Amino acid sequence: MALSQRLLDSPLLRRNDALRSFIIASWLGWQIESNWADPFLFAVYSFVRPIAGVLILVVMYAVITDSAFRQPVFPYIYLGNALYILVSMVITGVSWAIIDDREHYRVAKNLYTSPLNGYTYLFGRGVARVLVGTVSVLITIGFGMLFFHLPIRLTAVNWPLLVVSSVLGLSAIAGLGLIMGAWTMTMARHFWSVGEAVAGSMYLFSGAIFPLDTLPASIRWIGLLLPVTYWLEAARRALLGADAAGFQTLAFLSNWQLIAVLAGFCAVLLISSAYFYRWALHASKERGLIDMESGY
Amino acid sequence: MSAILTENVGRVYKLRGPKRKDDPKEVVALQGVNLEVPAGELFGLLGPNGAGKTTLIKILTTLLLPTSGRAQVQGLDVATHAQEIRRRISMVSGGETSGYGLLTVEENLWMFARFYGLDSKVARQRIAELLDVVGLQDRSRTKISDLSTGLRQKMNFIRGFISDPDVVFLDEPTLGLDVAAARQVRDFVLRWMKAHPDRTLLLTTHYMAEADELCNRLAIIDKGKLLALDTPTNLKRRLRRDTVYTLRVAPLGQRPVDSSTMLEAVPGVRQVTITDVEGAQELNLILEADDALSGVLQHLNQRGSSLLALEKRDPTLEDVFINLVGRRLDEDTAGTKEDK
Repeated sequence: MALSQRLLDSPLLRRNDALRSFIIASWLGWQIESNWADPFLFAVYSFVRPIAGVLILVVMYAVITDSAFRQPVFPYIYLGNALYILVSMVITGVSWAIIDDREHYRVAKNLYTSPLNGYTYLFGRGVARVLVGTVSVLITIGFGMLFFHLPIRLTAVNWPLLVVSSVLGLSAIAGLGLIMGAWTMTMARHFWSVGEAVAGSMYLFSGAIFPLDTLPASIRWIGLLLPVTYWLEAARRALLGADAAGFQTLAFLSNWQLIAVLAGFCAVLLISSAYFYRWALHASKERGLIDMESGY
Repeated sequence: MSAILTENVGRVYKLRGPKRKDDPKEVVALQGVNLEVPAGELFGLLGPNGAGKTTLIKILTTLLLPTSGRAQVQGLDVATHAQEIRRRISMVSGGETSGYGLLTVEENLWMFARFYGLDSKVARQRIAELLDVVGLQDRSRTKISDLSTGLRQKMNFIRGFISDPDVVFLDEPTLGLDVAAARQVRDFVLRWMKAHPDRTLLLTTHYMAEADELCNRLAIIDKGKLLALDTPTNLKRRLRRDTVYTLRVAPLGQRPVDSSTMLEAVPGVRQVTITDVEGAQELNLILEADDALSGVLQHLNQRGSSLLALEKRDPTLEDVFINLVGRRLDEDTAGTKEDK
C-alpha cells in the first residue's frame, strides 16, 4: 500500500481520475491475483501450472517428430505456446474483473457511484494479470532453455524489439480484452466464456504453434487481422535472432514493418475499446445492468 | 439550487424473453415522480418493497437512466453529468455485505477514499474516526472475509461518509441490523446532519418509526407513484379529522372477519387492516367519524366475533400509509420490479 499511497498523494493524481483509477485498480488487481493464503502453494502453482502446460505440448511434439528438438520448428512452437499464456490472461482478465466486481464481491454499484474512470480502472485490473502471466512466461521459457536447449542467448536477444513489440502487442490485446470486458457489462456472467472462446480460437489462427501458411488460404486472412500474430512473430524474432529465420511466419514483413503494424493495431484497438466501453456503460445504465447478478 | 430535483421521472424496465404471449413485456417501476429536496434536508422515501424507492435512488446516483423526465443532483443532470455528480455523492445500501473479502477493513475503506481523490493522510484520519463511531476500530486490520454480516454492513455504512459527500443516499440503511446497531446508525445519521447542516441526506426505508424519527420531510411512494409529500407531523395531521381505532377481536365460527367485506358492508369505514395477533385478530380502523364505530361493532357481532379490546389513538405514519395505499406497509407490492 505504501507505494500506491506515495504515488496517489501526488497532486497530479489527486486531480486525474483516469490515472488514479488505473493505479488503484492495479494495486487492487495485484492484491487479488497474489492472494494466496499459503505462499508455498502459490510458488508451487506458479511453477507447476505453466510447466505442466508446456510439457503436454512437448510430449506431443516428441512423439510426432521422434524428439527432433534441434529442428527450428521446436522453438517456434515452444515460444508461441509460452507467450500465448499472456494472451489468454489479458483477454479473459478484463471480462473476469467485471464479473468478479459485479457478482462475486458485489461492489459494482459502489464503484460506479464513485468518481473512478471505469475504462482505466479495468485496464489497471488487467495489469496484475499481465504481471502474473509474465512470471509464468519467464518460467516456461527458462525451463525450455534449461531442459530443451531453446536457442536463446540472453546477450543476443534483440531487447528493444522484444520490449517495443510486447508493449504494443499486449496493449492491443488489452484493447481487445477491454472490448470483450465492456461487452460483458451488458451480459450475464456466462458471457465470460466467450472471452475464453475468443482466446482459444486466436490460438489457432495467430500462428502460435504453426505458421499461417499451413492454414487453408480461405481462413489464413483471419490470422492477418489479429495483433497476436504480429506480436508472436516479433517476439520470436527478438528472442531467437537468426534462428527464427529457419521457421517463421510473416516472412514478408521486416521487423520495422511488424512494429508499424502492431502500433496501428494498438491505436485502433485502444481507441475503439474506449468508445465501445462508453457505449457499453451507457447501455448497461439504460437497461439497469450495472449491478446485475446473473442468479444462475 | 435544490440538492435533488426530479421532474416527471419515469422508469420502465423491458422484460427479456416473456415465456408466453400474454406475459408482460415491461414493468413500470416509476411514473411521473416530482421531487424537490433543498440542501440541508434529511428527506425520507417511505414505501413497501417494490414501490420504486431503489429505482429512484439508482437514477439519482447515476447507476440507471430514467426512461422519461429528468433528474438533477446539485443542479447537475444525471444523464449528462454523471461524473461530476459522483464526486459529490455517495450511496450505501442496507443489508449490503459487499467488499473485497481479501482486503482488510482499513484497506477497503482506503481504496474507496482514494477513488474519491482523498489524500492518504485525510483518508486514514477519517477512517479512524468513523471506525471509532461504529465501534469497529479494533477490526481495522481484519480481513472483510473474517467479519460477521453485521460488521460488514457497518463497514459499508461508514464507506458512504468517508468522502465527506454533499449528498448521501442511504437505501434501507438499517435493514438486517440488530436493534442496537440500527440505533447506532440512526444516531450517527442525526449527528452527521447536525454537524453538516449544509449537506443533504436521502433515506429510503420501510420502517415507519425510523422515517418518523429521522426525516424532516417524507414522501410516500407506492407502485412507482409519489402519493404524498410532507413533514411527518403534517402527514399525520391529515388524518386528524378522521378517527383511528385499534380493535382486538376473537374470531369465532366459520366466518372470520375480513377487510374487504367490512369496507363494503359498514358505512363510514375509510380503511381497515387486519392482522393475526396471538390467536386473536387486530383491526386497525380509519373511520370518517366516531359514529361509524357502532356499525363496525354490529358487523363484528353479526359475524360472531367478540370484542376483546378497543382503543382510540392518535394517527401514526402507518395509518397515513394505509389511508393512502389501502394496505399495510409490510405487504409487498405485487407486479413491480424492485432492484436489489
